[in-house]
Amino acid sequence: MPANAFNNFTEYGIGIGLRSPHYHHILTRKPVVDWFEIISENFMIDGGRPLRILDQILEQYKVVQHGVSMYFGSAESANREHLRRLKELVRRTKTPWLTDHLCWGSVDGRYTHDLLPMPYTFEAAKITAQKIREVRDFLEVPIAVENVSSYAEFHVSEMTEWEFLTEVVERANCGILLDVNNIYVSSQNHNFNPSTYISEIPASRVAQIHIAGHSKYRKYILDTHDHPVIDPVWELYAQAIQRAGHTATLLEWDDSIPSFQEVHDEALKANKFLATESLAAAV
Amino acid sequence: MNLMSLQRQMTRAVMMPLTPREGMRRVSSNGRSMRAIAAAFIKPNDRLTSFDRLEIYNRQYWFRILSSLAEDFPGLRAVLGDSRFDLLAQAYLSARPSRSFTLRNLGSRLEGWLRKYPTCAGSRLKLALDMVRLEWAHIEAFDGKAELPLTAEDLVGADPSKLRLRLQPYIQLLDLRHPVDDLLLEFRNDRNTTFASNAFEELRKRKRLRAIARLKPTAIFLAVHRLDFSLYFRRLLREEFIILTQLRAGETLRRAVESAFRESSIAVAERPSCVQHWFQTWATLGWFCQADKNEIPSQIRIREDNEI
Repeated sequence: MPANAFNNFTEYGIGIGLRSPHYHHILTRKPVVDWFEIISENFMIDGGRPLRILDQILEQYKVVQHGVSMYFGSAESANREHLRRLKELVRRTKTPWLTDHLCWGSVDGRYTHDLLPMPYTFEAAKITAQKIREVRDFLEVPIAVENVSSYAEFHVSEMTEWEFLTEVVERANCGILLDVNNIYVSSQNHNFNPSTYISEIPASRVAQIHIAGHSKYRKYILDTHDHPVIDPVWELYAQAIQRAGHTATLLEWDDSIPSFQEVHDEALKANKFLATESLAAAV
Repeated sequence: MNLMSLQRQMTRAVMMPLTPREGMRRVSSNGRSMRAIAAAFIKPNDRLTSFDRLEIYNRQYWFRILSSLAEDFPGLRAVLGDSRFDLLAQAYLSARPSRSFTLRNLGSRLEGWLRKYPTCAGSRLKLALDMVRLEWAHIEAFDGKAELPLTAEDLVGADPSKLRLRLQPYIQLLDLRHPVDDLLLEFRNDRNTTFASNAFEELRKRKRLRAIARLKPTAIFLAVHRLDFSLYFRRLLREEFIILTQLRAGETLRRAVESAFRESSIAVAERPSCVQHWFQTWATLGWFCQADKNEIPSQIRIREDNEI
């Protein structure tokens, strides 16, 4: 049953990212997986093997699109070619919702291919929300924006990250893809309490949750998606589920990718928290 | 500072080439202190200065795009050697930063840039250019568009003087001065052998150097194509190449065939059977699709030997 207007897919359960080292396993063994998240840009192409594999996956699994280069927060307008290709893919996958990051990465037509942090200003929130609305109207699919990990903060910021996220999603009237690992990483890099972040965001807008691992360096933490989820991140996940209710959850593992089974087993650990939440809701 | 100004400022810093020790430069291209620039818009924290924090993004940018380019052009890397390739990659990406939302297109302007700055390839320019063209063709053929192949019924009653056959968009046709297809396949087979030792890596490098030294300039014509979603290199005769490039340019079947045999050494008596055999092969491979009536013919020429 839908939890609210932005979390219409509570039955989606636990998914994992579709990654090329697992293609053979998935297509030959057909493991039971609630859903797969694809990186949209990997399939915004004209033809060839990637689209063939995607079509085979679509025959058997639910797929949700996740983008890495829409750059809602870039001051320049959206790239029309990007939008055209993305819409083609949306039609192909019939993704029930679409996610990308609350960040920027291009300026004057030059792309950094990175998820660069936003200055938390009202001007940036207004520009970002406007672009989210435009993209949603063009693609005709619900959108949820993901909080990113960051390693820098700007002098010009006028609010906290969670206040900025709230400002953007309220203005755009869109959902949140809450990445609890990113909250943890940024909290360590910027000295804030990650629990406060989760308490302060509008829980009713949380459409999806990301969990992942990261790498710890001497003076900062990098969001590398190459390790299992650590306990403090699971604790944040539990808090997020407690606030947002049963929410589609996705484990990201993008580097040093282990076997399919290992990745899936790690993702399924989320079941423990989802079951607790379901029990609490029933009581 | 408004959003656009901040993003321009940060982009300039992030895209600035790294030092030889892979750190952020201390001075910007216009002579300003990077510490002062970073401090002006980025907050420090209790562990990192503004410069340190900006440097994380500067390093991430270069590591990401350099590794992506190296992944797309392993043949060029082998031809030039690691050090020269790294210098070339940095120079190319500094001059031609990505203008696409996807890293897939990072190497799209490499051939043109290399022709403009030939010294970056040292003494192996012609070989490097051939390899760049082949590796870019590989990317284009991998995920290029495929249309419904032409069937025999589509050709019933067609007049060769009017018939314009259309090649599958994913097929890439190349005229090259070196047999770089063999070289690339050798490198790729070599790369698939995994032994994690320095001694083996040295052995592999020496093997590659020998393969490059052995390679003699020889003009080849090549089609990079797909079959069952796998990529293949198919060597073509000069006449085959001309027919295919002429058809791609929108010429009629008759004119394409006439052009192919204009300076051909194939005996006149053998030509009909040759053409029949080629077309049978190409049709079996699904290379033809429905003609686009709006396509405008254009002149196609073959590269002269001394042309770069």
